[in-house]
Amino acid sequence: MMPVGLTHFLVLGAILFCLGLLAVITKRNAVTVLMGVELIINAANINFIAFARYLDKDLDGQMFGVFVIVIAAASAAVALAIVLNIYQRMRSVNLDEADSLAG
Amino acid sequence: MTSFDVMFYVIGALTLLSAVIMVFSKNIILNAIGLLFTFFGVAGIYVMLGADFIAATQLLIYVGGILVLLLFGVMLSQRITGLEMRTGTLQVVPAAIVCVGIAAILLRIILTTPWPQAKVAAPAPTTSKIGELFMTTYLIPFEIVSVLLLAALVGAAFLGRRDAR
Amino acid sequence: MRELIDTLHAQTFLGALSPTLLTLIFMVLGGLVIALVLALNALVAVYAERKVSAWMQDRVGPMEVGPRGVLQTLADTVKLLIKEDIIPAAANQRLHWFAPFLVFIAPCAAFAALPYARNFVFANFNIGVFYVVSITSLSVIGIMLAGWASNNKWALLGGMRAAAQIVSYEIPAGLAILVVVMQVGSLNFTDICVAQEGGIHRWLIWRYFPFNFIAFGIFYIATLAECNRTPFDLPEAESELVGGFHTEYSGFKWAIFMLSEYAEMLVVALVGASLFLGGWSSPIPGFLNTGAWGVFWLVLKGVFLIFTHMWLRWTLPRFRVDQLMHLSWKVLTPFSFACLLGVGVWILI
Repeated sequence: MMPVGLTHFLVLGAILFCLGLLAVITKRNAVTVLMGVELIINAANINFIAFARYLDKDLDGQMFGVFVIVIAAASAAVALAIVLNIYQRMRSVNLDEADSLAG
Repeated sequence: MTSFDVMFYVIGALTLLSAVIMVFSKNIILNAIGLLFTFFGVAGIYVMLGADFIAATQLLIYVGGILVLLLFGVMLSQRITGLEMRTGTLQVVPAAIVCVGIAAILLRIILTTPWPQAKVAAPAPTTSKIGELFMTTYLIPFEIVSVLLLAALVGAAFLGRRDAR
Repeated sequence: MRELIDTLHAQTFLGALSPTLLTLIFMVLGGLVIALVLALNALVAVYAERKVSAWMQDRVGPMEVGPRGVLQTLADTVKLLIKEDIIPAAANQRLHWFAPFLVFIAPCAAFAALPYARNFVFANFNIGVFYVVSITSLSVIGIMLAGWASNNKWALLGGMRAAAQIVSYEIPAGLAILVVVMQVGSLNFTDICVAQEGGIHRWLIWRYFPFNFIAFGIFYIATLAECNRTPFDLPEAESELVGGFHTEYSGFKWAIFMLSEYAEMLVVALVGASLFLGGWSSPIPGFLNTGAWGVFWLVLKGVFLIFTHMWLRWTLPRFRVDQLMHLSWKVLTPFSFACLLGVGVWILI
């Protein structure tokens, strides 16, 4: 068995990414879809940090990681506000039922 | 196998297992708990990669912030009592095909690419270096992110108002 | 701790064991010690709380079990442990079990990074302060899950109140900590304590007057709210919500909630003492300032802060929810930003 290196972390990130994608595509509930998005963002971040560790002499990858986390927080807050608004208008957060443009 | 390898496999298995629970469970709260342990596992991975500051940030922002927000979202968008918080699934088969396809492509690329084998230095404290980079090379992105956060704050507060029209 | 393990390994009979195994043994031992200290802490703190409340109200408090009632909490603990563990039929069984432990993990994990004396800290990491701030936020999740899994409207409302309160007060607490971190230039608890050595006048609370003093006040109020203590005990306001998020808990699991509440008080008191009140160093220069006396001074300062928590609890009435949010967002947060700015400008000029 080869010693743990860059490839291992990238494989972990890839699998997490695909699991997140699966959640985003299949789930009906908007909040669960958001959870899938967070999973995808985490997977991408693992790649950034792994590259920063194994390929990069500086901390550029980690800087990207910090920015990714900050932006994920901002997007989660706004997305959740939108979800709550949808719930107030349609009494449901199932994405396949929220199909009206009229509000 | 060194202890580093053992740690990687343990943390990686924990992360993947909880991610699987998050994706395949039908109970929304169970999804959230799966996500909680996934975040923890990813923080562990960051520690293994020598990114101590980012690991702590991950805990603070994701576990203390985003997950709480998501739980709030779950609880406010359901019938408030009662445990029937189930979520259905759509287009499972095509989604599975797409995801497995993407996974195959990604894994093939990762495993066949000849990554340059740089000698890895011992992990050093990163916090002060990250702080310096924020104030020098990454000053403009830092400021833009601050404005973005402000905009998100205002936007979320506006959308969350009861009489948002 | 690392040096201690290395010395033990090099110089004593423990050298026969491999270093990894020795480290592992030390980790387990450290965990056991923390658990023991937390249990002891809750025993003493509950007794102290009852005596303090009695003293505030001109009563005598528990007197029956043991001399002056000192064994009262031990008797209460035995009663709690042999009580029936009731899980409501409509509750989510597994989560109902899981939530109290999640709440308890957070303060336990925080103890690993606290400095007890010079060179006596379980894990001396360079981001210790940040780690403690982030790991203690874990308890919010446990409280929300406890509230939800009980399947009871009071428990749910209590859990959501607690979550909103803790998340809101994390911000002023974090900013007040940042004031200290900025002037010391380190996130390491040991560095921060070393910077305050040499007597009471060197404590950070007196520096950059009045900014650090205000920052300490903000930190104190915000952490009081994070512990859900009166006057911020809305999550368990008994006149509105019965018992809040632990309404449906009994016996052992309820004891775990109590244990974590007092453990959390101890954590914030020790963090406050380390950041603002000199940590392990003695108030008088050169007086009892060596080695293990550090633990004594730190615990003394922590106990004093916990005593003030209790004092406030039996003095002040409870806030309303809107007042609580007003205090956090419109008073404490702007003032902590002002402190941060003030200290920053002061350092520059």
